[in-house]
Amino acid sequence: MSLPRQLPGADKRVQLMATCLCDAFFADAARATVEVLEHLGCTVDFPAAQTCCGQPAFNGGDWAASRKVVRHAVKTFAGDLPVIVPSASCASMLFHGALLEFEKEPDLPAVQQLAGRTWELADFIVNALGVKQWPGRYDAKFAFHRSCHARGTDSGAAALTLLSSIAGATVAPIGEAEQCCGFGGTFSVAFPNVSTRMGGLKLEHVRAVQPDVLVGIDMSCMMHLGGLAEKEGKPIVTRHLAQVLRDALKNGKTN
Amino acid sequence: MAKQPLDQFVAKLPAATRTAVYQATKGTHEKRTKMLLDQFADADQLRRLAGEIKQHVVENLDTYLPQVEAKLKANGAQVHWAATGEEACETVRQIMQARGATKMVKAKTMVSEEIELAHYLEKFGIEALETDLGEFIVQIDHDTPSHLVRPIIHKNRREIAQSFEREGLGAYNDDPETITRRARAFLRHKFLAADVGLTGANFVSVESGRLVVVTNEGNSRFSLAAPKCHIALVGIEKLVPRDRDLGLFLNLLVRSATAQQLTVYTEFISGPKAPTQPDGPEEMHVIFVDNRRTEVLASDCRAILRCIRCGACLNVCPVYRQASGHAYRSVYPGPVGSVLSPLLAAEFATKADLPKACSVCGACNEACPVNIPLPDLLLRLRDQGKRAHAALASAGTPPMGGWALMASNPSIWKTALFGGKMIDVVPHKLVPVPAMQAWTEKRTLPKWQGGEFRRWMKNRKKS
Repeated sequence: MSLPRQLPGADKRVQLMATCLCDAFFADAARATVEVLEHLGCTVDFPAAQTCCGQPAFNGGDWAASRKVVRHAVKTFAGDLPVIVPSASCASMLFHGALLEFEKEPDLPAVQQLAGRTWELADFIVNALGVKQWPGRYDAKFAFHRSCHARGTDSGAAALTLLSSIAGATVAPIGEAEQCCGFGGTFSVAFPNVSTRMGGLKLEHVRAVQPDVLVGIDMSCMMHLGGLAEKEGKPIVTRHLAQVLRDALKNGKTN
Repeated sequence: MAKQPLDQFVAKLPAATRTAVYQATKGTHEKRTKMLLDQFADADQLRRLAGEIKQHVVENLDTYLPQVEAKLKANGAQVHWAATGEEACETVRQIMQARGATKMVKAKTMVSEEIELAHYLEKFGIEALETDLGEFIVQIDHDTPSHLVRPIIHKNRREIAQSFEREGLGAYNDDPETITRRARAFLRHKFLAADVGLTGANFVSVESGRLVVVTNEGNSRFSLAAPKCHIALVGIEKLVPRDRDLGLFLNLLVRSATAQQLTVYTEFISGPKAPTQPDGPEEMHVIFVDNRRTEVLASDCRAILRCIRCGACLNVCPVYRQASGHAYRSVYPGPVGSVLSPLLAAEFATKADLPKACSVCGACNEACPVNIPLPDLLLRLRDQGKRAHAALASAGTPPMGGWALMASNPSIWKTALFGGKMIDVVPHKLVPVPAMQAWTEKRTLPKWQGGEFRRWMKNRKKS
């Protein structure tokens, strides 16, 4: 996959797409994203008119509805700043999915323009800002879930680079890491039996390494796995990578 | 609210079947992946190249098909064209009738399953016996294959032993070697008595008109060697331009299908028996089957015609692993089947749910030896299903119109974010939204934090 490679300017000004899921359920993951970016010297703009990337409808098959939302995103994130997304899935919606559903639309160029500036957070930190060593400290054993929508991108490798570079952190490899957690957007409610069985397998692999924290780059996967584990009465701790990075910085200061 | 048939199938699937399918597919996938990584400097590059070659073939079928027809004829084969499955079946019947033939031995061919050849011939009193062990078991059980390469992946040896006992093939014995020996003894006589041997073709080289058939049991070779007439059923997309392309494709096909370097038997068939050869079929017929492939070619899903039927996408697919093949109600299951089956169906709407039976994880695309963008094709078919108002396509998917209205209107969106707190107050069981019920039956929903991040962001700007 040829990936967007629009680099930030000297002022490191970026736009943040917080994602609808963080907007509704995971405020701290979005906060951590801002704090991490600011630690790296970025100026973070949050266009307040933002809503969603359009993926739920794209994935659910209602492309007409999805295009409406993508058009809104294109308008909201106008300009030429890099758009940083703390989600491999929403990012890939903008640089892959949207292009597919706009193939025959007259405003395809505007969608391509946004696609060319969209970065998943970990990919941006490592491959745009060149940061491969994360400061601070976090004493914990982590398991990392590489989101499926990071396939064919540098996000999975970037996230692992950052996570394993933290002082005190160990990353335990989990079995069948390339297998899906079973979320899949509307799939999770249209195919609940398949979805939760897939999630069950993923949880088995995660629990087998007994991590302190399961880390992801998509809160959707974390919501699904965390929700399954909690319903089973055996909750697990899930965090977005941004939260771990931010907490490592905090821990570094207090030590 | 309507439920998804595949999901319902999974809910009822016996745990033993699920475990068997899961372990077999996982095992093959892992072995295959390791093999490709260990044996090639850049297996991914090979996969992409193979994909480009097949895409080239698919986009130039109008040139290649007449060329291969001429070559096959020059080699002494007779060439037939079948626009539909029924035409293909009827062509087979007529060839057999002309020879006064009543007994056929069949090697494994998916296209014969697709056109239901054995059932068709049965109606005319023609015995069409499956000689691949798995397909033979499927046939005696009046079952259907559940995997492209491993038709009985859903069965265990105890069930097979019972079937053999029922068919008079010996007292109950579930030792795999005994089962195989018994099938061999039974089939041997059938091979020798058959009038016609039928095979498919994994590839046909346009350059030489060579048909290539790979098997592990030698049944295709026997089907070619004993009967006096060979019929090959070939989908029109099975071409490769040159003989030397076969090196690439055989290397990828066999590793992807069974994690072997090479199958036990690889036949290169260049025509009927030559006068100087002592054995082999006197007559050879190649039937090219369209059966809606040209419609697929005309669609934006034509990349699916690259498929070489290796089953690697099934083996890696987390949904197939949970569901097994019969859940797809089609000859072609798994990711490739979810694209192909609705396209080949007489009515798209009857299979419009299959493209939805996927979490769009993309593992199939990574595994595909011809690099078919399966997730993209599945997504295109979801859009097609929605536009066609296919009820099966939308079953279980929450309607998106209202959401799109909200998500393209920031003030409504913000209001909804703050108002969403309601879901923490109302017990989830009482929320009359099917998607909410489907989610919360086995998963908790996190606490609503709508607008919290926005508030934080706004307040720190002030400070």
